[in-house]
Amino acid sequence: MSSEKHTIARREFLKHTGLSGLAFILGITAVDTAEAAITRINASSLPLTGLPGIGNAPPANANITPYIIIEPTGKITLINPKPEMGQGTYQSVPSLIAEELEVSLDQVTIITSSGQKDIPGQSAGGSSSVRGQYANLRKVGATAREMLRSAAATQWGVPVEECYAEDAQIIHRPSGKKLGYGDLASAAANLPVPANPVLKDPKDFKILGKSVARPDVPLKVNGKAVYGIDMEVPGMVYASVERCPVFGSKLVSYDDTATLKVKGVIKTVKAERVLGKNRYEGVAVIAENYWAALKGRRALKVQWDHQGFDSFNTKDYEQHLRDLAANDGLTVKDTGDFNKAMTDADATHKLEALYETPVVAHATMEPMNCLAHWQEGDKVDIWTSCQGADIVKRELATTLGIPADNITPHISFLGGGFGRRLAADYAGEAAGISKAIGKPVKVIWTREDDIQLGPFRPMTFSAMKGAVSADGKALAFQHKVISPSISATKSDKYDKTKPDRSMTEGIADQKYEIPNMHTAYVFADIHIPMQPWRSVTSSTLAFAHECFIDEMAVAAGKDPLLFRLDMLTQDSDTKKVLNKLREVSNWDKPLPKGWGRGVAQYEFFAGLCGQVVEVSTRTDGSIKIEKVHCVIDLGTVVNPDMVRLNTEGAIIMGIIAATKDAITFEKGQSIQTNFHNNRMLRINEVPQVEVHVLADGGPKIKGVGEPGLPPIAPALCNAVFNATGKRIRKLPFNLAKV
Amino acid sequence: MAIHSFTVNNRPVQVDAEPDMPLLWVIRDLLGLKGTKFGCGIAQCGACTVHLGSSAVRSCSIPVSAVAGQKITTIEGLTGNTLGESVQKAWIDEQVPQCGYCQSGQIMSAVALLKHTPKPTDADIDIAMQGNICRCGCYSRIRKAIHSAASHQAPPASLKKPVLHG
Repeated sequence: MSSEKHTIARREFLKHTGLSGLAFILGITAVDTAEAAITRINASSLPLTGLPGIGNAPPANANITPYIIIEPTGKITLINPKPEMGQGTYQSVPSLIAEELEVSLDQVTIITSSGQKDIPGQSAGGSSSVRGQYANLRKVGATAREMLRSAAATQWGVPVEECYAEDAQIIHRPSGKKLGYGDLASAAANLPVPANPVLKDPKDFKILGKSVARPDVPLKVNGKAVYGIDMEVPGMVYASVERCPVFGSKLVSYDDTATLKVKGVIKTVKAERVLGKNRYEGVAVIAENYWAALKGRRALKVQWDHQGFDSFNTKDYEQHLRDLAANDGLTVKDTGDFNKAMTDADATHKLEALYETPVVAHATMEPMNCLAHWQEGDKVDIWTSCQGADIVKRELATTLGIPADNITPHISFLGGGFGRRLAADYAGEAAGISKAIGKPVKVIWTREDDIQLGPFRPMTFSAMKGAVSADGKALAFQHKVISPSISATKSDKYDKTKPDRSMTEGIADQKYEIPNMHTAYVFADIHIPMQPWRSVTSSTLAFAHECFIDEMAVAAGKDPLLFRLDMLTQDSDTKKVLNKLREVSNWDKPLPKGWGRGVAQYEFFAGLCGQVVEVSTRTDGSIKIEKVHCVIDLGTVVNPDMVRLNTEGAIIMGIIAATKDAITFEKGQSIQTNFHNNRMLRINEVPQVEVHVLADGGPKIKGVGEPGLPPIAPALCNAVFNATGKRIRKLPFNLAKV
Repeated sequence: MAIHSFTVNNRPVQVDAEPDMPLLWVIRDLLGLKGTKFGCGIAQCGACTVHLGSSAVRSCSIPVSAVAGQKITTIEGLTGNTLGESVQKAWIDEQVPQCGYCQSGQIMSAVALLKHTPKPTDADIDIAMQGNICRCGCYSRIRKAIHSAASHQAPPASLKKPVLHG
């Protein structure tokens, strides 16, 4: 092996992690969102360590963990509780502190939290990172700033009102005297904590609301950004795990004779992957390098008992869901009298349809992986890409049967999350392997493992019914969801007698004023593990919901956008979004011959977005997506440029789910295995996307990462109908052959 | 095992590895250069793209034995390289990445494209960049960044070549 280069890499790593803090620091935390608390920490033991963005062990002797660490040297560290997975939290979340603290992001070091008790909410999901932290973290920053101001005023013997903060310094306005934050840290740390520090007027913001450059971008273009898969510790070995792609199989036996003959293979051990109530067995091949582990794994002979699950297939399961559609299910919400309205309605103005969506995989670019080190005393270090340090602690405490305090997660940058990394099954499995072999081990999933082993976004089927009046008004609307439940696939405690709010999210909450509405849920059992996928169930329900609204518009003889606006007599964000879409998409102007356009919006827990899609038809029967006009409603925004980028990404992800391969099961396993048969959109296939951000400021703040996704499939399919007269009711569909 | 000698980022290296070990794992695990990423293992996603000579190749699908005596450049090797750094700068100016995991590969493909085609058209970009998946969907910015890097380049080498006499 090239030990020289190997050693150099290791030394680099140790050098970075060998730094330590000095003397006293000012540490501020907000244990709960209402009250900021301060403490002084002897920083000699404070591990101010790590490569940019990587989380660290909590200070062993500190009784509180700060968000802000200001050292006498002037070094400022901000703790980011929200892992960066491409949604921009490496910039947006620390900016909330930095804005009020009056520092720029290039004056601070950002490290990701490690599951410390004192920092609440250390996971990123539900498009909640900014909206959930906006008030809290600004107050944290303002608290520190006010204490630094007071410290400077005391030192100078001047009124605090004469001192202001700017550029990591306190400045005495009349004299121009300046003191850096490092010089004030120790004094500030002795001051009482102001209960209600004044927050900045948004008109004075220097970072928030601006399209500022993100500090992670340079690291991501020069190869220095560290992801879970890049982590190394001395003495580590590698593993690849053979698991059965037929869910529910049991390991009968295995023969590792050929495996052990592969050069570099050390041994094999049984592994266990725990995903909620599911326990999946596997055989881990331990080797000196990953390639040897992979080759050894390929040489394994494993006998599985499929326990009958190898008869499961998508075709039959879809028929099962269609059959279940006859059931009433559980009512989620009723408005007016849906049944009476349908009975009373003119037969020529009644319609119904069944919409079908598929299972899809998250397919993050960085496959699942984890470096785990199980040490004496059942202490476990976990280096991984996970959507939350607290997820790692919580899940592993349960699956490994050790106290959460024994588990130290080190969260790196994530090569994509999309909900997949809200689970830590891969980390628990790696920890178990490390325990079995007594060494730190890095487990890397293959892409095939990633695509085939789930957990997946569940399919949802939607039984839609509606009626319009002779003069074109919506009278009645039903959305009944028939689907497996994400929660039920994870938990034994799932209550089938209650409607599943997650599987029906948003369908009863759209702003359309339809007098008679019925929303319901029909539970379908499945043994395959399911997982939230970017925008969760709204990613599929919006398709049925907004396409069927379109069908009603057609039945009513109305323009689809005007039909929607007719149902929005009250002021609402939805109405605002649709009006803006009408304007920016030139909705009222005719399109070229052979083109079509469609509109859709969806409001759900994460936020609200609307889109107009323009398509053109070609003589060969294919469809081209010409343009996507998008309006996302936010209220207050932190980084408009990142909102546009994220929303464009959500749109592209939605187009992939609507038009590419999805996951189909045959003989109990996914027939899709890698990017050749679970295809992604490529650069030559992406449409022009124009994102308009509605952000008028004010207290309202909505999510960014997910809302761009739900409207794209219905807007696209409505455009296809407009162009061709063909109604798409089953996803995915093929743009090349509509 | 066998010793394989080649050049990585202008430094001669010797690695002791099985001949079929993909260059990707040699680069990452034996040479410790982590900027090159594993995405699919079957040359479908481009996350592992490096330069073999001046061509962009998928290191996950090239055995180390096939690169003996050749010149490999990874994302880390772009430092100090005029074209490489101008592409990286364009990536920063356009704020291209989201999760960033595919970006080393994207940039290596873009640099190879610009090396051969200093002023690429959209069609050139489509062809050269089709092998690189970005799951986050940063494609429009990747395109913009490539055009931007191209516009900041010195005139193509063919125009600057001194005329040789005799």
